[in-house]
Amino acid sequence: MTMKRVSVCMIVLACLIIPAAMAAETPKAGGTMTFAVAETPPSFDGHRETTFAMLHPVAPHYSTLLRFDPENYPKIEGEVAESWTVSKDRLAYTFKIRKGIKFHDGSLLTARDVKVTYDKIIFPPEGVASARKAYYAMVEKVEAPDESTVVFRLKWPSASFLAQVASPWNFIYKADLLAKDLRWYEKNVMGTGPFTFVEYVPGSHWVGKKNPDYYVKGRPYLDGYRAIFIKDTAPRAAAIRAGQTLIEFRGFNPAVRDDLVRTLGNKIRVQESPWICNMTVAINNEKKPFDDVRVRRALTLAIDRWEGSKFLSQISIMKPVGGLMRPGSEFAAPEAELTKLAGFAKDSEASRKEARRLLKEAGVPEGFSFTLKNRNIKEPYEAVGVFVIDQWRKVGLNVTHQPQEGGPYFADLRGGNYETSIDFACDFMDEPDYQLIKFVSREKSPINYSRYTDPVLNELYEKQSRATDPKERLKLIRQFEKRVLDEEVYQFHVLWWQRIIPHWARVKGWTITPSHYLNQDLRDVWLAPE
Amino acid sequence: MVPTLLGVAVLVFLLLRVAPGDIVELKYAGVGAYVSQESMDQERAQLGLDQPLWKQFIDWIWGIVRFDFGASMWTGRPITYEIAIRLQLSLQLAIMATIVAVLISIPLGILAAFKQDTWVDYAVRVFSIAGLAMPSFWLGILMILGMLIFFRWLPPMFFTPIWVDPWANLSQLIWPALAVGYRYSAVATRMTRSSMLEVLREDYVRTARAKGLWERLIIVRHAMKNAMLPVVTVIGLEFAFLIGGLVVTEQVFNLNGIGKLFVDAITQRDYTMTQALVLVVSFTFIVVNFVMDLLYAWLDPRIRYQ
Repeated sequence: MTMKRVSVCMIVLACLIIPAAMAAETPKAGGTMTFAVAETPPSFDGHRETTFAMLHPVAPHYSTLLRFDPENYPKIEGEVAESWTVSKDRLAYTFKIRKGIKFHDGSLLTARDVKVTYDKIIFPPEGVASARKAYYAMVEKVEAPDESTVVFRLKWPSASFLAQVASPWNFIYKADLLAKDLRWYEKNVMGTGPFTFVEYVPGSHWVGKKNPDYYVKGRPYLDGYRAIFIKDTAPRAAAIRAGQTLIEFRGFNPAVRDDLVRTLGNKIRVQESPWICNMTVAINNEKKPFDDVRVRRALTLAIDRWEGSKFLSQISIMKPVGGLMRPGSEFAAPEAELTKLAGFAKDSEASRKEARRLLKEAGVPEGFSFTLKNRNIKEPYEAVGVFVIDQWRKVGLNVTHQPQEGGPYFADLRGGNYETSIDFACDFMDEPDYQLIKFVSREKSPINYSRYTDPVLNELYEKQSRATDPKERLKLIRQFEKRVLDEEVYQFHVLWWQRIIPHWARVKGWTITPSHYLNQDLRDVWLAPE
Repeated sequence: MVPTLLGVAVLVFLLLRVAPGDIVELKYAGVGAYVSQESMDQERAQLGLDQPLWKQFIDWIWGIVRFDFGASMWTGRPITYEIAIRLQLSLQLAIMATIVAVLISIPLGILAAFKQDTWVDYAVRVFSIAGLAMPSFWLGILMILGMLIFFRWLPPMFFTPIWVDPWANLSQLIWPALAVGYRYSAVATRMTRSSMLEVLREDYVRTARAKGLWERLIIVRHAMKNAMLPVVTVIGLEFAFLIGGLVVTEQVFNLNGIGKLFVDAITQRDYTMTQALVLVVSFTFIVVNFVMDLLYAWLDPRIRYQ
């Protein structure tokens, strides 16, 4: 009898609680979301810019052909494209354009808009900047045979093409506006996204309001949004604490996260993810003794990344240990393989012993002095610089830390005026074409500052980029990784970043991804009542 | 005025080109993404950075002669528009801080001079030395922390013009105006005190007292006006400084002012913007100096300009 009563009570409770919980999570329309952005956008043109400062306030005004499903990253789904097919030889991608998508001026989006947009990105005429043009070298031409079909014809099969079409930077622009002025979008906004443009006050704020004609019925939930530009971390964190902004999409360090959780309790929710950004050590391969692979190998062997991760993750955004591909991504080296690479083994004492032996063999004396240049940004740059120097001290190296302002820092890196330097990379997706380009020969990659030429790496890069068999591609990636990090040690990773987003718990419908460039259109975001 | 501005223009143009760094490198490599050399070269050409230096200089000077500062290299928008947005905030803040400073410094300075070596004088001196010792941005941080901890409130993080919403405008700017005005008043208080002490020892003040004039009349009509010359200098120069010099305070309160724009332009190697800002600030100093010269003549009839 007692059991029966308990069961009845539980059923009654369940009947009361479950609908209440479901109701609590049912999206509610309305409200204006405020969020902070740490920099101001240079121009409004996604094809030209490379900074999140443009993407965060501007992305809600636009649609892209495909997009990464934020709930199931890295799955790709159609946005402007309703469906797509790939030819057997993988040289033609045909996209069917969704009908009824309207620009904010009421005109219909057609295949011509998509074609003209991609022509601008891939084949920009003289005087028009396109930041990611080089990634579309495989595209021969873009065709729009009818109003609802776009065909991309490739010169060679590409493993990354589909993902590149899901790039959050590739806003679809209106062909008629581009026909009048290819640079119109640098200073104006006209898209098909969930929010229309209201106002931008440079250096202050950006305002968008709900697009009533958005092609996804019932979206967006928000009436509008306001992006407030707050450069410094302290006021940015204070703005969240005071509720003036509800979220900042790039992220904070652990100290800010802990402070917000401590002061706001359950009003704050924290989302974390490994980030497609990393810190590397660039080595000037032209300078002695760093032209000797034994010295370079000793430098990476001296660093205990596993211990570093444990401690640096408490004070900075540095956390995951990984090779050339982001740990946790489908392309990353499994731990068993990773620990076989120089400097990634868990037995740091053995590694350091080997480092000392190599330095001695290369004729580098105990207490050898050199300089590590760095950006004068406290977090994570200076933190990782101090860590690396301390690790090198443990194998008898005496390194001077030289943080520099951005201008001189890049001028020295580019000009080869350094011995070793902290360097970094950040991308919008886990894609070997993106993450490996930094390591091919300097003639082919302007962001390879380590001053070396290696035809083997160039060839491996090309091969993996064109490999259509995923297993074959993975094998080539491992070969590439082993050559960069273990055999030649031209430059190496220290740690990957951890993205930490503490936001007001009333912000719903937004899921963290491994990139601060993704999931920024705000179409599924809604605000729970206070 | 013209030779001064021309000298400043040449100097700032050359110094910026000597400083290492490149706007395109900072824009693209600065975010850690791969951008091809071709795209970077195209961007440089678009900004005119592939032109010889002399041509860049001539183009810029010719623009200034026509009152056209050109476009910001970073944003592509007209520089006059970018500066105008920030100038209304910086100007309002400078005026508010000056009002705070004048309201505090002149009565306190006069009082301290009249009550020299009494507890009143000591209190005023402690108050003003504390103001000198505390950087305004530090005081600003304390204010923000206090408001955040005790009231869970922050001044608005974005600027609203006073004619749009006076309450929002003042609730944002009153705090930095108090923080900056206090430090500013400390300098002016000490200057007022010492200047008043000097004037009060002058023969004409002694004569006025001997004639039996009211003390209040002596202060207002004879002492104060003459004591104000160095005070006006201090207030004028501080006012000009406030237009472009509140870099850290603007960051603390997230104010979209000229100081913040200045720092951004320099760190981004936005040559055209930095050049224009240096000229604007130089022009402000020249104008303030001119106004101060006029005030000198009004305050001291012995000063006459031919």
